[in-house]
Amino acid sequence: MNKLNILMATTIVASLTAGFAAAQEKVQIAYIDPLSGPFATTGTQGLAIYRHTVKELVNEPGALLDGQAEFEMVPFDNKISAKESLIQLQVAMDQGIRIIAQGASSGVASALSEAVAKHNRRNPDDPVIFLNHSAVDPALTNDKCQFWHFRFDANADIKMDALTDDIAANPDIKKVYVIGQDYSFGKAVAAAAQRFLKEKRPDIEIVGNELHPIGKVKDFTPYARKIVGSDADAVITGNWGGDMVGLGKAIMSAGFDQPIYTYYGATSGITAAFGEEGDGIVKLVGAGQVNPPATPEGQEFIATFYESFPDLDFGQPQMANVAPMLAAAVNEVGNATDIKAIAYALEGMEYDSIITGKTVMRESDHQVIQTVTVQGQTPENILFEFDKSGRGMAAETIVELASKDSATTCEMKRP
Amino acid sequence: MALFLVNVLDGLVTGLLLFMLCSGLTLIFSMMGVLNFAHASFYMLGAYFAYQISLVTGFWAGLIIAPLVVGVIGAGIERYGLRRVHKFGHVPELIFTFGLALLIEEAVQFFWGKSQLPFSEPEALDFAAFAIAGNAFPAYKVFMIFVAMGIFLTLLYILTKTRIGMTIQAALSYPETVQNLGHNVPLVFMCVFGVGTAMAGLAGVIAGPVLGVFPGMAVQLGSIVFVTIVIGGLGSLWGALVASLIIGWMQTFATAYDVTAEQILTAIGFTKPELIWDHPLQDLWTLTLPQLGPILPYLLMVIVLVLRPQGLMGKRES
Repeated sequence: MNKLNILMATTIVASLTAGFAAAQEKVQIAYIDPLSGPFATTGTQGLAIYRHTVKELVNEPGALLDGQAEFEMVPFDNKISAKESLIQLQVAMDQGIRIIAQGASSGVASALSEAVAKHNRRNPDDPVIFLNHSAVDPALTNDKCQFWHFRFDANADIKMDALTDDIAANPDIKKVYVIGQDYSFGKAVAAAAQRFLKEKRPDIEIVGNELHPIGKVKDFTPYARKIVGSDADAVITGNWGGDMVGLGKAIMSAGFDQPIYTYYGATSGITAAFGEEGDGIVKLVGAGQVNPPATPEGQEFIATFYESFPDLDFGQPQMANVAPMLAAAVNEVGNATDIKAIAYALEGMEYDSIITGKTVMRESDHQVIQTVTVQGQTPENILFEFDKSGRGMAAETIVELASKDSATTCEMKRP
Repeated sequence: MALFLVNVLDGLVTGLLLFMLCSGLTLIFSMMGVLNFAHASFYMLGAYFAYQISLVTGFWAGLIIAPLVVGVIGAGIERYGLRRVHKFGHVPELIFTFGLALLIEEAVQFFWGKSQLPFSEPEALDFAAFAIAGNAFPAYKVFMIFVAMGIFLTLLYILTKTRIGMTIQAALSYPETVQNLGHNVPLVFMCVFGVGTAMAGLAGVIAGPVLGVFPGMAVQLGSIVFVTIVIGGLGSLWGALVASLIIGWMQTFATAYDVTAEQILTAIGFTKPELIWDHPLQDLWTLTLPQLGPILPYLLMVIVLVLRPQGLMGKRES
């Protein structure tokens, strides 16, 4: 009797295993970003965009290895801490995941990039690839560049290049005030603003260049007074999160009605917080845009995103390129296990994105080159609103293949 | 000069807002000997409740109802939470309020999410009251000044001129005696706790449209509130007002004027090193007053503690 039972159990287990083996191969992508704490909105939004992309552009059309394989997102919560991210990276690698995606905070990205490089040096036969979907510190594709890191967002310099194009085209702007958070990214934004403005419009005077403590300023009114007092015709800021809302609201209520150029001045509650006062004033520079979408397919894609995730915004368009480009690289190699070959396939890849137009992963520094757009907050002709506020960001200046010839200090060492 | 005047007004608004938070905290401390770590959380609750109420009835109803709700919750927490913990001593009380702060923050995130909420000033006050040299001064801030002054005067009147106030003051110093005289001291404690938290709630309602409504708003103000009551003197209403105003003006003026360490050091007679970027004292030379601003209240606290441990207007020598 006992023996019969064991035999039956064995048969069942065997048939089950066989059943799994016949199913599609799952290629797992570890998504390491904040999913709890004050920055959870960013992480949750990004995960939703990934999941939607994986489903709509890869799995359902059978775009990965002729439908033989599927992508699967595996979320890991790093609480936006570099230390926590390294632990999660180790957990993901222990689970056998070799594709890592992260983007919130350049500090975390640079820690992960170093850890991945170190792992790959020690385990040349079992490498890990790092897909950075939104950390924009230029250093990651310049001094700190490395072969296994790929950046899918436009870096701070590229964004500033497009932003200053917009400023340069506006002859009314004669004085600019630059303000940012006191850390590497804020400093990078300020330096880029000075450099590009000097190059494009030497007549523009930078009337203020100031860094404030990050996340510590309760009331931005004194800063706003200085900005108004300086007679600036435009403000440039890289602020994000609470610092963006506080600064924006203070500037507007101090009576400033000139353009405020931002990197992160929309979605995640910010558009709703600015409300009517921000219309026509708040500008956003970013990769791709949602109003109007670049292609009809893109529009369809974004519309289904809003249907699937009614509580979230499609706020980081460039993230929709990661999974399809990775799928193309896997298809070129013919399997999802040879990470080194996949990395080589990603290098120099040209991709026609339905979101950001013609998109190229530059070989020299692994920085993606894509459409970068300067958008303005408006309640009119908005196809996809942010924060259900009845207003959104509409494209004003569209730069295709932005900064495609920009210089890089990267000296890539290839395995 | 015009900018100076604007900064005086801005600093006044910041200071008075801080005072609304501190007045409740300092009363509660002097009475129970407990630093209520959750005080700023009640401030946050006030803002969130007011936002929720304003969706239905508009801003003004929220201004009145939200602080009342917060006060009732506060009184309930004193009656059914703190009072039970009280008999175990001060440390359990501290831990209780600390846990409460975490709990409230998580609850707020659970119900309202993690994003900023679009809570804005009422339309009736959404205009610039006046402008000084192009600097608009919103009518809402004028309203804030009047509300805070009104609260201060009311509290001062109740505490010093009425029977209830005298009972409270007596209960602060000699609770047993007051109890023996037939007053219900636990009830007094509960009411003071309720009123204190309601004041924090009111501060939240008023500050929400200006400083933003988000889950981090309690943490952002948490530490500065304690600094203020320590500087002012624990338990002193006047002290809380003076310290709040000092901190408000200090922070505003520190941010407003771009005094750099370089200017000061060269004025004293030092010369700036040629290669500042490689110099060991680089950080000192490139320091600016706005960068220093957020540390100044803490610096002041240290100085006050050294020179006058009971605070500017504190009475107790303990």
